[in-house]
Amino acid sequence: MTAVRSLTPGLEGAALAPMGRSGRGHRVILLLLMVLTASGIGAFIYQFSTGIGVTGMNDRVFWGIYTVDLVTLIGFSYGGALVSAILRLTNASWRGPISRLAEGTALATLAVGALFPLASDGHPERVWRLVTAMQINSPIMWDMVAIVTYLIATIVLFALPVVADLGRLQDAPGIEGWRRRWFRVGAFGWTGTADQHRVLNRSLTAIALLIIPLAVMVHTVLSYAFSLTSRPGWHSTIFGPYFVIAAIYSGVALVVVVIVVFRRAYHLERWIPERAIINLGYLMAALGVLYGYLLFTEVTTEGYVGAEATEKLLYALLLDRWSVLFWAFVIGGLVAPLLIIGFRRTRTVVGVTVAASLVTGALFIKRFLMFIPPLTEPLIGGEVGSYTPSWVEIVVTVGAVAAIPLLLVGLFKVVPVLAVVEMEEISRSRGEGL
Amino acid sequence: MTGVERDVRRRTTPLPLIPSESKDHVVSRRQFLGTLGATGAYFALGGGVLQRVLAAHDLDDIAAGRLKIAADHQWVMIFDLRRCDACRDCIKGCQEQHHLSADDEWIKVYELIGVQGKFAMPVLCMQCESAPCVRVCPVRATYHLPNGIVVVDQNVCIGCRMCMAACPYDVRVFNWEQQDVPEQYHHESPEFQVPQKRGTVSKCTLCVHLLEQGLFPACLQACTMEAIFVGDLVEDVMSNGRETYILSQYLRQNDAFRFRSELGTRPRVYYVSGHGQDLDF
Repeated sequence: MTAVRSLTPGLEGAALAPMGRSGRGHRVILLLLMVLTASGIGAFIYQFSTGIGVTGMNDRVFWGIYTVDLVTLIGFSYGGALVSAILRLTNASWRGPISRLAEGTALATLAVGALFPLASDGHPERVWRLVTAMQINSPIMWDMVAIVTYLIATIVLFALPVVADLGRLQDAPGIEGWRRRWFRVGAFGWTGTADQHRVLNRSLTAIALLIIPLAVMVHTVLSYAFSLTSRPGWHSTIFGPYFVIAAIYSGVALVVVVIVVFRRAYHLERWIPERAIINLGYLMAALGVLYGYLLFTEVTTEGYVGAEATEKLLYALLLDRWSVLFWAFVIGGLVAPLLIIGFRRTRTVVGVTVAASLVTGALFIKRFLMFIPPLTEPLIGGEVGSYTPSWVEIVVTVGAVAAIPLLLVGLFKVVPVLAVVEMEEISRSRGEGL
Repeated sequence: MTGVERDVRRRTTPLPLIPSESKDHVVSRRQFLGTLGATGAYFALGGGVLQRVLAAHDLDDIAAGRLKIAADHQWVMIFDLRRCDACRDCIKGCQEQHHLSADDEWIKVYELIGVQGKFAMPVLCMQCESAPCVRVCPVRATYHLPNGIVVVDQNVCIGCRMCMAACPYDVRVFNWEQQDVPEQYHHESPEFQVPQKRGTVSKCTLCVHLLEQGLFPACLQACTMEAIFVGDLVEDVMSNGRETYILSQYLRQNDAFRFRSELGTRPRVYYVSGHGQDLDF
């Protein structure tokens, strides 16, 4: 143990850095986030008591920004879980310092995203019927089962290495009072024996293996809520993979943003090397290319044949009503990030961060474009529908987005921000310092 | 019995197709339904088995009385598009009957362009035998009655609107606001719900509450063009209140078609075209 410690001096302090007192700047930001989150909760309560009529949705566009939020946030969560799981399975040595943040991101975005069906439903107080009156043919039911299973798996993926870290760090300087008690309880008797390491690694490999198909399932099933209808623009076999790739793409992007922010805020530059962030950039770029390919093949397949309904929709998307948003996505969400990561000059931490932020925002737009325009097209005849989110929907959405960093900050007040045991193990196996 | 129902009965001619229908009969069927519903077996039927059984029919089966049935009647509706002049009286009649707001149309009248120019196309719930809405409802809030009518239980509906996404005919209406209807008109049942409950989905029920009493649906009663017929697959008969035909014969002779039946929904609403409408739109 002593030998290991000498390889990574200062690691303990860095892993516990977010637990210290926040500086003035941090506190201002946290306060702002709290106000936004509280407003979001307030707006939801207002909607619940006044009725869902306070949203901008209508009989034509009956799903709105809440659905966009649901799919986008759960999509983000996949990136975190995947980064952690894939990198573990491929035994990528650079995963060590980022796995905790990635898993934390997965957990926080999923926890917030999974609440959105409540905001979207007309009677959120009746959702218990999903269990008592289960109708197994319904895609909504599959969604619920998949999301709950995935949530449990994500919690396990996050919690297992935390147990080891709590044990490892329970005697670290600065751990006192309630935190000391919590670390002791949460460690479940972890002392770092070879046997414990073996059990931990085997369980982590198992859950990492499990979470990949699980996440694929969650996103495929989410897509089924749309593609299992006969609506032009939704009813498409590409929707499953489309959702899955969009999820990983946006998820990896958000993980980059989260890592960069925490790295800077808590001065973790020494522990989270530039290489890890650049590598995530490469991963993101590869996923971007894949997503671009899916988009291309979707537009080509639908557009070439030109069935009346899909042709109208594609025209509105590419050239008419939605074209600004569509091309903003293509340029901001696909072309620009690829160029930034493609050129050596811009392939820096700052560059990758800019690219990742672009992707994060652009995928939100893309989800909007996937759900709303097909709804505005009338199925039989009559006027084209319209949808403008009401202030309630916007405040709830902003609140949810603000809740994610807040949850992460809160999470790392009770759990080490770096996977100390894992990092030490990697550095030991490589026989060198970090 | 609420004021609405009394109202309707007063201004309605009894349905000639089931003259033997007595009030006692109605009650006993209701009890029968209630028992079935309570066992839950009823829901299983509504979900799958019933759909398959009913789907077995074609016009020959109806004509020969070979239809496998789960109830005394299997209701269908027939629109004679040659007669429809898009006056929208059916919409008003429907809204009055169900106390709907002016925005909520359970029957819509589209003005479409066919081979010979504009024509009117009334669309209401097709009461699909293989109903996508029933299939996707996560809580069994929408289901088939044994007589084939698809209803919504607004005390169960969670308001997820998955059924609206699944419906290829755009006939489901969400209740974004609570309607204000005087107490005396209130009626609580999936077959006849007044007022519509906020946060749930509503749809046409072919006025099954009237049909089962031997009365015509509200839209049919309101149609001055006599373009709307109601029919029964079991009795193989159809009527618009004045004319009565043998259903299977009429459908065959007039080249009746069903809207978007290529989607496999097996709609229970038939159209007779006459203005050169594209049969497949």
